Amino acid sequence: MKTGMPRTGVTGNILTSDTSGAAATESAPFGHALVRVAEADARVVGLTADLGKYTDIHVFAERFPERFFQMGMAEQSLIGAACGLARTGLIPFATTYCVFATRRAYDFIAIGAALGRANVKIIAGLPGLTTGYGGTHQGIEDLALMRSVPGLTVIDPCDATEVAQATAAIARHDGPVYMRLLRGIVPKVLDPATFSFEVGRARLLRDGADVAFVSTGIMTPRALDAARQLEAENVRAAVLHVGTLKPFDRDAVATLLARVPHVVTAENHVVTGGLASAVADMAVDERLDIRLARIGIPDCFCDSGSLPHLAERYGLTPRHLADAARNLLRT
Amino acid sequence: MSQLSAELLPLTRDPVAIRGRALSLRRHVLRMAEIVGQGYVGQGLGIADVLAVVYFAELRTRPADPGWSDRDRFLLSIGHYGIGLYAALAEAGIIPLAELDTYGADGSRLEMSAPETTPGVEITGGSLGHGLTQAVGMALGLRLQGRDARVFNLLSDGECQEGSTWESALAASHYGLDRLTAIVDCNNQQADGPPARVMGIEPVADKWAAFGWHTQRVDGHDIPALLAAFAAARTTPGRPHAIVVDTLMGRGVRAFEEREKNHFIRVDADDWALARDQLEASS
Ligand SMILES: Cc1ncc(C[n+]2csc(CCOP(=O)(O)OP(=O)(O)O)c2C)c(N)n1
Ligand SMILES: [Mg+2]
Repeated sequence: MKTGMPRTGVTGNILTSDTSGAAATESAPFGHALVRVAEADARVVGLTADLGKYTDIHVFAERFPERFFQMGMAEQSLIGAACGLARTGLIPFATTYCVFATRRAYDFIAIGAALGRANVKIIAGLPGLTTGYGGTHQGIEDLALMRSVPGLTVIDPCDATEVAQATAAIARHDGPVYMRLLRGIVPKVLDPATFSFEVGRARLLRDGADVAFVSTGIMTPRALDAARQLEAENVRAAVLHVGTLKPFDRDAVATLLARVPHVVTAENHVVTGGLASAVADMAVDERLDIRLARIGIPDCFCDSGSLPHLAERYGLTPRHLADAARNLLRT
Repeated sequence: MSQLSAELLPLTRDPVAIRGRALSLRRHVLRMAEIVGQGYVGQGLGIADVLAVVYFAELRTRPADPGWSDRDRFLLSIGHYGIGLYAALAEAGIIPLAELDTYGADGSRLEMSAPETTPGVEITGGSLGHGLTQAVGMALGLRLQGRDARVFNLLSDGECQEGSTWESALAASHYGLDRLTAIVDCNNQQADGPPARVMGIEPVADKWAAFGWHTQRVDGHDIPALLAAFAAARTTPGRPHAIVVDTLMGRGVRAFEEREKNHFIRVDADDWALARDQLEASS
């Protein structure tokens, strides 16, 4: 907007989350889940790099002050120290934002955590367009970076239920993990009574024979929305949620795509190197004859702005998903 | 290029004039913040005296030609202080005053974290710990090309925890970059609280001195002291200059000064009038 143009939305707080349309929410699911895990396992420790309040690990810090290490704004030191703690037999959870973990501390993750097989859990906030703060704060290529590190497990949870379950699951999982974090007031979409997160497993949340949404992270609730929109037009859409990007659940994805060859991938990430790439690689390997539309962030740094404005601008709304499915079916 | 574009921003070393500029900057900061209702108001108010000195007593710039190749460079490492920088850029005539009303709005050039696409913003800060690295490169590049332009980098106490800051501090000193000045804003605050609790950095001036920098520490609201410190930096050869400034977040608005958690503040709509009154009363 230039001078004199009408105001639409404002960027506001760096953490402003978009819970519009969420029927239920939960507060700080990661922080509370980590406390529960730590109550049962004395090896769990926490660290942050001046973002305790901003990554919900303050909940853990208040409950276990002696097991919490504030490292200051120093992300290389954060990851390096977490690796050192792991080498003494502890299970460190280290939090910062996606961009600072993956861009600033990449070498420390690749060598200290992955090559060293350190049992560290890197918890990374503000994935993709969950913040309006522009190219410096939007982690749009972190999944590509992290997927390409040998031996690293990569998780992009879709709601509060999965954040909580994944926190417990990765504490039990032996090895380095990178998990995207949804923090603060987080929409709760999955029913904990029926959903169960397992490292490396995709979950079919809804079946349908006409088109398959294969989605991850916050795009999964949007895929469910899109599927409901299509239902009204008698288009039956499946939604397969890929909570773990790596290891990639090839079987689940291949089985669905062999049956439903019209596929829309959806990720809160650039369309290169993330979920769409994983699906395309797998389809080539398995010689699946699919038609693929990729919903995600195009090859650009994104603007600053309010979250609804950005979702619209970069084509990440349920409407964009439904349109992609309609186009696939039309051609 | 037009006649106008070559005109330098007039500088003054008169403390009364600089104080007037600082008050204008604070008014601009409140104007921007009030529209959004929240933001990095504490930082914008806290750094206003320093920015008034930098922009109106030191920096050689052409407001109509912000890309002039011989300009002095001011690098804002701490992108979230953008509100303070926009105030200075508007006051200096580099961006239109009316544009301040778009701060933080969708599509505005005045993003919450200052981007280099805005005229007068040299680098995209915000991923903290970048400013000094690029400042070193600029100072090396300008020197190599025989330009006598100076480079200023405003960084924060929080940024004194990033390794890259100290890597650059070594390089600046190694290369004797005496046209480079680092302004270190010690506002005693970062995201999780005061640095002493988060990760202690004191005695921070001793650290810069130990890295080979010509180091001074002054009250960041004492305009004569600031003017003297910048003058000493300008005239001391052979080493890069660190000016550590102790500032008070929210300076000028008592209600904000007294807030404990003031890294990012929200203000009720009714309280802005009070804030404006307190600012005018403080001047
Ligand atoms: C590399 C990096 N790590 C973390 C952050 C998140 N962050 C934004 S502001 C901030 C506090 C930094 O300290 P300071 O600049 O002194 O904060 P202020 O005085 O404005 O409160 C942090 C940790 C960041 N922007 N960049
Ligand atoms: Mg500070």
